[in-house]
Amino acid sequence: MHLAAHFPGVNNTTVWADPRSRSQIDFSSFEHLARAAERGKFDFFFLAEGLRLREHNGRIHDLDVVGRPESLTVLAALAAVTDRLGLAATVNATFNEPYELARRLASLDHLSEGRAAWNVVTSFDAFTGENFRRGGYLDRADRYTRATEFVATARELWDSWTPDGTPRPFTHRGQHFAIEGEFTVPRSPQGHPVVIQAGDSPEGREFAASAADVVFTRHGTLESGRTFYADVKARLAKYGRAPGELKIMPGVTFVLGDSDAEAQERAAEIRLQQVSPQNALLALEQIWGRDLSSYDPDGPLPDIDPDPGSSLVQGRVKHGDPLAVAARWRALSEEKGLSIRQTVIETTGRQSFIGSPRTVAARLTEFVEADAADGFILVPHLTPGGLDDFVDRVVPLLQERGVFRSEYTGPTLRSHLGLAEPVWKG
Amino acid sequence: MPATAPLHLAAEIGGPPRYDPGHYTGLARLAERGALDFVTLGDSFARPGLDALAVLSRLAPATARIGLVPTVTTTHTEPFHVSSAVATLDWVSRGRAGWNVDVSTTGAEARLFGRRPAAPADELWREAGESADVGSRLWDSWEDDAEIRDVATGRFIDRDKLHYVDFEGASFSVRGPAIVPRPPQGHPVTVVDGTSGPARETAARHADVVLVRATAPEQAAAVRTDLRRRAAAYGRDPDTLRVLVALTVDLGDAETAPEPGLESGPLLAADGSHYRGGPVDLADLITRWHRGGAADGFHLTPITPGRDLERIVNGTVALLQHRSLFRTFYPGGTLREHLGLARPANRYAPEGGRA
Ligand SMILES: Cc1cc2nc3c(=O)[nH]c(=O)nc-3n(C[C@H](O)[C@H](O)[C@H](O)COP(=O)(O)O)c2cc1C
Repeated sequence: MHLAAHFPGVNNTTVWADPRSRSQIDFSSFEHLARAAERGKFDFFFLAEGLRLREHNGRIHDLDVVGRPESLTVLAALAAVTDRLGLAATVNATFNEPYELARRLASLDHLSEGRAAWNVVTSFDAFTGENFRRGGYLDRADRYTRATEFVATARELWDSWTPDGTPRPFTHRGQHFAIEGEFTVPRSPQGHPVVIQAGDSPEGREFAASAADVVFTRHGTLESGRTFYADVKARLAKYGRAPGELKIMPGVTFVLGDSDAEAQERAAEIRLQQVSPQNALLALEQIWGRDLSSYDPDGPLPDIDPDPGSSLVQGRVKHGDPLAVAARWRALSEEKGLSIRQTVIETTGRQSFIGSPRTVAARLTEFVEADAADGFILVPHLTPGGLDDFVDRVVPLLQERGVFRSEYTGPTLRSHLGLAEPVWKG
Repeated sequence: MPATAPLHLAAEIGGPPRYDPGHYTGLARLAERGALDFVTLGDSFARPGLDALAVLSRLAPATARIGLVPTVTTTHTEPFHVSSAVATLDWVSRGRAGWNVDVSTTGAEARLFGRRPAAPADELWREAGESADVGSRLWDSWEDDAEIRDVATGRFIDRDKLHYVDFEGASFSVRGPAIVPRPPQGHPVTVVDGTSGPARETAARHADVVLVRATAPEQAAAVRTDLRRRAAAYGRDPDTLRVLVALTVDLGDAETAPEPGLESGPLLAADGSHYRGGPVDLADLITRWHRGGAADGFHLTPITPGRDLERIVNGTVALLQHRSLFRTFYPGGTLREHLGLARPANRYAPEGGRA
């Protein structure tokens, strides 16, 4: 089983109102969580990315955590206070250039002695593009062709020095990039930093199957996890790859208690903190695409229909057809007699593993044994102490079961993940 | 400049490329033992070496006080990314970040990106100025107290304290606000090598620290006066500018006096001014130039960092400290404090609001 720690950040999972919640930005928070993950012998520490502050109804979204430091810079600093932990940065392939980013990633791999990873995300939207020279010119259809060529180009750059340390000139001519010269960084300790992919469309899955070492997915239930796992692994053969060469790791949350009942109780409290009355209305507006501020969060769902053409929400991935989602929500609320806030709590919950440490350890093991995952990216609710209980109480049980390492066996992230160093293609 | 103005010292820790962080950590800690204001690490897309900002980020937790100033180029990079990375260096170092703004003039560098042809230096320096400008706007785009965590209203931030920068430059535009909250120093320190003509204007307008190469104290003083005058023309208080003489230093033969003819100053080589001699004579030169009002301090580039930085710290700096010309400890925690520069007020904060 592979385990990674997601720094709780800009999302509606992070509970910032809890008195134990500390800075989302001070280095001490990152250091605390990374040290906890390393104490737990985790494979890697993971940072997400957002390049434009989210907006709601034309104004900056103010209810969730806002703001975060730049990932590669934080990870380079974390390399100084950790020894073995992998360091994974989410970096967009649309708003960067291969030469610069390949160089920054190779630098991180050297500075961490082989622990760097890159989560390749794609964004096509002009909203984010307004912060960049290039703007939002890229078509939706082009984002994965660019990402695929981007990763291929980065690999050419990482391979441009011979293993004995001689730089050699490279030339790349493709659809998106035409570049040439000499790379400034020798082949890095892992050969290539680990490549992670997050994205769910068929194009995204194909890209992962062809080019990634790890897939970060949201398929966190046993059933959808198994379907996703089977689908992505089946795509590998086409690229001459074995199933073990791509690790599938859903992002999952967890809530622990001394007993299962206590954990359930705590989970319910956390849901109430995550879905404040204001957040409930906001979640509803994101589906309805309308200003619903006059509704009572403790009252029933609105009987007006969503506006499918709405541009109320910016900078957040939209899920599904709003009319269908609204119909589903209405049916549920009528059936169970739920208020707006209760409906949102019911439908948007992503608390995957709730229970005593023993229950959670057993469930995690079950997922891996059932081919629903190769491991997990754990998303704690709290910064920075949200992983401490898991490390102290669940990890020992996983180790007892023999499904998770007790010591790191190698120095690099590739060695933790059981991935071979890429063959040098000179 | 009164003779009592504090002397500022900085050192470059680059040299032949190294790929292990331990090498750089050792040098930065050495410089920190000498209480130097900051270390720089030069960088370019076109010669072997690691990304300088990454290296200095790696050094941040391994050092406590010294300022960390990587070269960050503005020609083939995204201003939004650059400002985020520099702000983050400030966060991970708890207020010790700067950036040495540079441009990429060569065709070789342009071909690494394949996006635009090489451009003339004055055009690139204008763009560098815009990059520095939008950077400081983005650093201000969050007021310091924007994060409110108001449980009663459910609001994490007060969005009225976040600002779109809506920057329209000649070659790029940025909407904002920043992703990274305002860094500990408000603005990390902006350093520009203002020796060349095209860079001089950008330096006068945007830099906190300007590096200049000069062969004689009179020449340095004249450049300093010129920079201060130009800064004032941009509405800046000239006393917020620190002008450091950039010297390449070869202390290889520590026991000998400077070569004849060098007592009065360093010799200008093709790429700037070189000093060759002993650490004691270097201390004398620094003392003379600084007392004479030629500069606010010195930026020393050892030609062999491992050897020469050791001699600078244990020889030259120790002597300057012994003569009470240079501090023996850091009275403050941030690079701005070392440099005697105030934390900038936020341009977006309303009058009377917290700066
Ligand atoms: C688990 C997961 C995590 C993601 N994290 C980020 C992120 O941190 N930053 C980002 O810009 N996009 C992120 N994305 C968005 C993807 O890169 C992609 O843009 C989105 O999923 C749409 O692509 P698709 O159509 O292939 O799913 C994430 C996606 C998934 C599934």
